[in-house]
Amino acid sequence: MRIALALLLLAGIAALHLLIPYGSLEAARAIDPGLATTLLVELRLPRTLLALGYGVTLGICGAALQALFANPLASPDITGSSSGAAMGAVFASYWLGISSPLGMALAGALGAGLALVVLLALAGRRTDKVALLLAGLAVSLAAGATTSLALALAPSPFAFYDAFDWLMGSFTDRSLGQAAAGLIPAALACAFLLHRARALDLMALGDDVLASFGHKPRRLGIEIVALSAIAVGACVSVCGAIGFVGLIAPVIARRLTSGHPGRALMPAGLIGGGLVIGADMLVRTIPLDRAIPVGVVTTLIGTPIFIAVLMSMRGRMAS
Amino acid sequence: MTALLEAQGIGIAGRLSPTELAVEAGQMVAVIGPNGGGKTSLLRALARTEDALGSVTIDGRAVDETAEAERRRLLSFLPASREATWPVAVADFLAFGLGSPDASRIDALIDMLKLAPLADRPIDRLSTGERARAMLGRAIAGQPRLLLLDEPLSNLDPYWALRTVEIIRTEIAQNRSAALVSVHDLDIARRFDRVVLVSGGTVVADGAPEMVLDSREFGEAFRVTKGARGWAISSPADPRSWR
Repeated sequence: MRIALALLLLAGIAALHLLIPYGSLEAARAIDPGLATTLLVELRLPRTLLALGYGVTLGICGAALQALFANPLASPDITGSSSGAAMGAVFASYWLGISSPLGMALAGALGAGLALVVLLALAGRRTDKVALLLAGLAVSLAAGATTSLALALAPSPFAFYDAFDWLMGSFTDRSLGQAAAGLIPAALACAFLLHRARALDLMALGDDVLASFGHKPRRLGIEIVALSAIAVGACVSVCGAIGFVGLIAPVIARRLTSGHPGRALMPAGLIGGGLVIGADMLVRTIPLDRAIPVGVVTTLIGTPIFIAVLMSMRGRMAS
Repeated sequence: MTALLEAQGIGIAGRLSPTELAVEAGQMVAVIGPNGGGKTSLLRALARTEDALGSVTIDGRAVDETAEAERRRLLSFLPASREATWPVAVADFLAFGLGSPDASRIDALIDMLKLAPLADRPIDRLSTGERARAMLGRAIAGQPRLLLLDEPLSNLDPYWALRTVEIIRTEIAQNRSAALVSVHDLDIARRFDRVVLVSGGTVVADGAPEMVLDSREFGEAFRVTKGARGWAISSPADPRSWR
């Protein structure tokens, strides 16, 4: 019931995102009804779908990774998988000359997967919070530096300028094909993740208890990491990295599911979708002659919330 | 007649060498032994954790072949760790022990373990002893045929330690089940039907409490003896035992 209400609300926000600003649609229709349809379907629909889908993906993957690592600080960006995906996509497009949306999505997923494998090797699963945070930071920094290096040494002298546009997260001027290349793998991976929500709840009891229930914790862990890498990697390769949504959405969602880490997956997805589409509407309504990357907005809003989570955790550890 | 639990060649690499074990229904078995001797490994191997070797049959069913719903009916495992990551309410935490919602069972557990004032509190905000009670409740919630409880009495005050033994006794009588419980308190071990002594990664003694607790193996494993003034460190017969 509550989920249905939230879905309805999200659909409403998405419709607003699609139709606002309405004036230019009216103007286009006055010239030619076909033009208005083209504007709506070719230009605005991919943007709405990507903002919505990317947000849902970040929420679900963030919630799944937090449940897996038993840590409210785990998320696609803190674990380095967003930076890893950006690295993969930059290598693919500027060094290997790959330009097909699907190839880019694959490269992004490979980069995200690589980052998560390095993280697991560095920190291990179920390790303490500080070790995870530091290992994730190390992976993010390394992937970020490698990305910058790849851009600096890229054959194209304009690589930096091109890349800025999407590395910071942007939904402008994406085609329906690009939306499909990013969102179809993400949707499939998220569906598989949602299917594991109950096992992730039981993971709260520890790996040994999960195994005693007949589940396979090690395999489950690898599945969660791989599925998150596929989903986030595909989205990052199309839209760039969008920070903090994957961290905050699950934290808010768990307040609604009375702390259950697995049950929070679906609500986290809905909250993530709302956050990203809201941030994109904000970016679009700011009257500037140049585009602000949406990732900048989510990070600006997310940082204080992240600090608040850290502070509350410190309070709990002291008590 | 076959026993309720039959375990063949169970072990954990490097911790517990392959072991055979059979337990009858209604039996309450204490697992004792020095630190690092293999108590936890024995319970984990029976609970079929990922590194467990050998095979376990409960109630005639090969445990490894069962999926979650049937597994919950066969066994439940309480690990020694009292850590809780997520702020799940105590009542919801108890429900993790049930395959399907059962409000009356949750109420019964809350009453049995006197958790009513804590039922809505997040489990990560409880004291260690309170958390130990809630975690025990989760483990016994599903009324399985075999309870595997790793140090359920540590962190408990004397009242709750004795009360927990009573609760386990009542549960296994009601469900015609059995329990393996690792304990450190050797006086409490005497309240069990049978004692299994695990040391150096093998079962070194197994039998009635008074038999095991007074055995030569017991003295060798623990390096303590019971004198007129309670337990005392025994003088080493073999200097190699001082590791």
